[in-house]
Amino acid sequence: MEGKGRPAILKEECTGCGACVEACPIGAIRMHDGLAQIDESCNLCGGCRDVCPSGAIRFPEEDREKQPAVAEHHHVWVFAEVRQGKLASVVPELLGAGRRLADQLGESLHAVVVTAPREEIYQQLFGYGADAVWQVEHELVFEGDEMARAAALCQLIRRERPAVVLFGATAMGRSLAPRIATRLKTGLTADCTGLEIDPETRLLRQIRPAFGGNIMAEILTKYRRPQMATVRPRVMKAPRFRPDSSGPIHHFVPAELDGGLTLEELVLEEVETVNLEDADIIVSGGRGLGDPRNFALLEELARLLGAAVGASRAAVDSGWIPYPHQVGQTGKTVAPKVYIAVGISGAIQHLVGMQSSDVIVAINKNPDAPIFKVATYGIVGDLFEVVPALIRQLKKMRGVT
Amino acid sequence: MLHVVVCIKQVPEITEVSIDRRTNTLVREGVPSIINPFDMYAIEEGLRLKEAHGGTVSVISMGPPQVESSLKEAVAMGADRAVLLSDSRFAGADTLATAYTLAQGIRRLGQFDLVICGKQAIDGDTGQVGPGLAEELGIPHVTYVRRIRELGDGMLRVERMVEGGWELISTTLPALISVVKDINEPRLPSLKGIMRAKRTPVTVWGLEELGCDPQRVGLTGSATEVVRIWTPEPRESGELLQGDPEQQARQLVERLRGLGVI
Amino acid sequence: MQYFLSEEQEAIRDLARRLAEEKIRPQAPVLDEREEFPSQLMKELARADLFAVPFPEEYGGMGYGLFELCLVVEQLAWACAGVATSYAASFLGALPILEFGTEDQKRRYLPSLAAGERMAAFALTEPEAGSDAGAISTTAVRDGDHYVLNGTKQWITNGGEADVYTVIALTDKTKGARGASAFVVEKGTPGFSFGKKEKKLGIRCSVTRELSFTDCRVPAHNRLGREGMGFLIAMRTLDKARPGVGALAVGLAQGALDEAVAYASQRVQFGKPISSFQAIGHKLADMATLIEASRALVYQVARSIDAGQRDFSKESAMAKLFPADVAMRVTLEAVQVFGGYGYMRDYPVEKRMRDAKILQIYEGTNEIQRNIIASALVRELKSRRR
Ligand SMILES: Cc1cc2nc3c(=O)[nH]c(=O)nc-3n(C[C@H](O)[C@H](O)[C@H](O)COP(=O)(O)OP(=O)(O)OC[C@H]3O[C@@H](n4cnc5c(N)ncnc54)[C@H](O)[C@@H]3O)c2cc1C
Ligand SMILES: Cc1cc2nc3c(=O)[nH]c(=O)nc-3n(C[C@H](O)[C@H](O)[C@H](O)COP(=O)(O)OP(=O)(O)OC[C@H]3O[C@@H](n4cnc5c(N)ncnc54)[C@H](O)[C@@H]3O)c2cc1C
Repeated sequence: MEGKGRPAILKEECTGCGACVEACPIGAIRMHDGLAQIDESCNLCGGCRDVCPSGAIRFPEEDREKQPAVAEHHHVWVFAEVRQGKLASVVPELLGAGRRLADQLGESLHAVVVTAPREEIYQQLFGYGADAVWQVEHELVFEGDEMARAAALCQLIRRERPAVVLFGATAMGRSLAPRIATRLKTGLTADCTGLEIDPETRLLRQIRPAFGGNIMAEILTKYRRPQMATVRPRVMKAPRFRPDSSGPIHHFVPAELDGGLTLEELVLEEVETVNLEDADIIVSGGRGLGDPRNFALLEELARLLGAAVGASRAAVDSGWIPYPHQVGQTGKTVAPKVYIAVGISGAIQHLVGMQSSDVIVAINKNPDAPIFKVATYGIVGDLFEVVPALIRQLKKMRGVT
Repeated sequence: MLHVVVCIKQVPEITEVSIDRRTNTLVREGVPSIINPFDMYAIEEGLRLKEAHGGTVSVISMGPPQVESSLKEAVAMGADRAVLLSDSRFAGADTLATAYTLAQGIRRLGQFDLVICGKQAIDGDTGQVGPGLAEELGIPHVTYVRRIRELGDGMLRVERMVEGGWELISTTLPALISVVKDINEPRLPSLKGIMRAKRTPVTVWGLEELGCDPQRVGLTGSATEVVRIWTPEPRESGELLQGDPEQQARQLVERLRGLGVI
Repeated sequence: MQYFLSEEQEAIRDLARRLAEEKIRPQAPVLDEREEFPSQLMKELARADLFAVPFPEEYGGMGYGLFELCLVVEQLAWACAGVATSYAASFLGALPILEFGTEDQKRRYLPSLAAGERMAAFALTEPEAGSDAGAISTTAVRDGDHYVLNGTKQWITNGGEADVYTVIALTDKTKGARGASAFVVEKGTPGFSFGKKEKKLGIRCSVTRELSFTDCRVPAHNRLGREGMGFLIAMRTLDKARPGVGALAVGLAQGALDEAVAYASQRVQFGKPISSFQAIGHKLADMATLIEASRALVYQVARSIDAGQRDFSKESAMAKLFPADVAMRVTLEAVQVFGGYGYMRDYPVEKRMRDAKILQIYEGTNEIQRNIIASALVRELKSRRR
């Protein structure tokens, strides 16, 4: 193999044992004339090298630019997103994860705020485990200009050299983090579901799903700093809040900043119900509801459960419910504690958006519907009988407790 | 004249991907490739802007030679120009290296007003290339755009989906946006477009043509490294609740209470 | 079977298939239920350039022939015969202009029809003149540089939706069929109105309406061909369009077979998929064989016509007759394979069965096709003797 981007098979060494073919997680290796052959799709994961008994697989030289300062980066930072004056629900979760990492490193945990200074935000950050808070101070930054926010954060990160920076995988986090990582020429891992420090190398081991959760990958940022990651809301556990904690607040006034965006208006649409992203429980409806009016039934169920209302694409495309409610490949990816799929068949494009939920409940009249394959609890039946029964049961329960 | 650049990625058709439970690997044999679904909305939006304002739409992708078929499909839909950034040294790129390489390609295309990306690719699921690319190009970006309200006179005004609602954001051109499904309904290619695509060659640029720093592309230029890939355990098979609807409902409420989730 | 399509023909077929799968199929049951004309889908077909396929390039078409038209119609009918009928009927309405129009007439009408901006319809049938088209009574009386039309056309596909109508009317009542002429009448012409929309057994999204002419003045330059050529124009048009009906039948039947095979492999009775019962397997085998024979016939006749075969009434009648009968039989069998489920409107095969029936009736009933074939046989024998 001559491609520089692919590992080379040393013909003299390869015994044709096929161990690499078995080991390749993406099926990129084939046996040809008794020799292993690696095709274009190789993503250089190294699985084959590790199993090759004769050392016949050579990887491209790792002559990457090594930052000299890797060792000079310390502490774990968490981006403290504030939305409409409130700390985003993902921030305590990030602080929980960050705390563990900081403890494993024997370093401290810092939170960075880019919205206007507020005492109660600081209290929450300390209460959820931050050792120190960085408050960025600049008009453009306060006004919500993400370009200015990214620029200010880059200045601060360059100066302070954190080892790890975590963002929530929210609209804001997923916009800021890649901008910052690119400017700092460092690595960023999206949507991590697991984070830990390797005790030997002190590297951040980042675990994330890809392909809609069909595969998992472990990712390292070995030679650049900081090690950056976004974490989906509701994946990490928020720590217990300790009300009396406090710590130092550092103020950072960035050098001159170029703005980029003007946030003219924010319109909140789903005031009545809970956001899909923040919900512990989601009740989702599909084509089986048959009519937009029947979503009222789901809304009643959702209210009783304190749940958010989701939908399949079929329901959205029929105009029964707006797109922000769509779950799945071309909608939102959610992972609540409980996902209740009502009248949804469970097409793969829907499953990839919700299959990492803790508990999945399927209500469908077709016992062969693929949704039952992922369901923790399945109810085969007519939703127009089952959902009202469920509503009655919940009301009864509320009455009793 | 408006020049819109649309970035597309070729991904495997997810419905066709299965997992070999014996070897615990992804079965890719014979899996067809498609344009990343979110990028279809990006192409459509580019074409609509061209129809409304005049100008041209270029589509660009980084990937192996077989990505030509996806670029041709974009031409069949109405794009004017297709560019493939392809070089064996680009292989193994993470989002950082991809953003750099795409930026080199877009610079080489010449003056442009707007770059459109899909919200994220369905295989990697990161959504990082768009903002990273904007940074490389030194232009502002807005993610999750669900509607373009206004474009012209060097400025752009868009609605951006955020948790619980949307924001109205304005910025200056050139800029980059990433779009969500809500923004439009992509067209199918037209027959004349398909015939034109057959005749239109895809421009292929490699590392040298792009003047890329070899240290910044592909695996070498990547900051992250995938050290391990595995398939998660399949979900344990669930429990079918029996009885009449009332009994089924009662059991479900009991189970959920038992788990402490309600 | 491999029909050795050119790369371009494959592209045409594949695009029509994509539209059928992605746009038409999801909507077919709804359109049927609501008896709703698929205006949006017609726009999609137009945007995909499918209307342009059989028109010459100088009129904005793609310059392909009847065969390519058949490829499109077959795929559309695979998803919905009603949508395919609406599409094909527009070409039927345009054919007389294409074949018999003057340069000026072609310039005026064909580009917008090829672009799918406007649709066409073909109006021959009347309450008293069905199979016996010579019995029409709509009249067109010359008055200066106009003709004045009076009468009623019945069951006109695309009636009310189309903008351009080719109408066969009598310019000389005394001569009967030889006194007929063909006219292009535009929607909106004073005196031209539409009757009620028919409620049908099948192809319910295709619109069938009455056309009514009351002292409707049509410019003389809208007459196609000479006076008295109307009947010839109508017959030539129908001859040429018939393989299209055959293609529609092939697509419809193929869709029914696909559904039946999928269902038979999945439905379990007596502990086995019903496809493993020979009675079902043989049924499927017969259906597949009949469909392939129909397709081969339609494709070859269309290719022969495109290649310049002169007299093709007999073959084109065969290419309508056989596939239409096959579609009827195949869709009946498909319902049988589905059993009781097949009889339910929740499942897609009963619609196909309802849709198939029209194929044995319109554009000349199958009895009339047999008449055409039989008389051609006799004619051929005579000419050989001579
Ligand atoms: C590129 C692409 C992207 C896509 N992205 C998404 C996405 O993001 N999200 C998404 O959801 N889909 C997505 N899809 C669509 C997906 O393939 C399915 O078409 C869609 O999820 C089906 O929605 P559904 O389950 O509501 O409808 P259906 O598949 O029609 O299922 C309806 C279900 O309701 C049941 N039902 C009917 N009546 C009752 C009743 N009275 N009681 C109980 N059950 C009943 C039926 O048994 C059936 O299982 C995508 C498709 C493509 C091609
Ligand atoms: C949905 C629909 C759409 C249509 N669209 C159009 C259109 O767009 N334009 C248009 O001009 N017309 C259209 N028609 C009319 C169609 O072409 C006629 O219905 C058809 O030609 C048969 O005429 P008829 O219905 O009057 O039947 P009849 O002629 O009354 O026939 C009744 C029966 O007698 C048989 N029969 C009649 N004469 C003979 C014979 N000589 N030998 C043997 N059997 C005979 C017939 O085969 C049939 O079985 C449409 C009809 C329908 C139902």
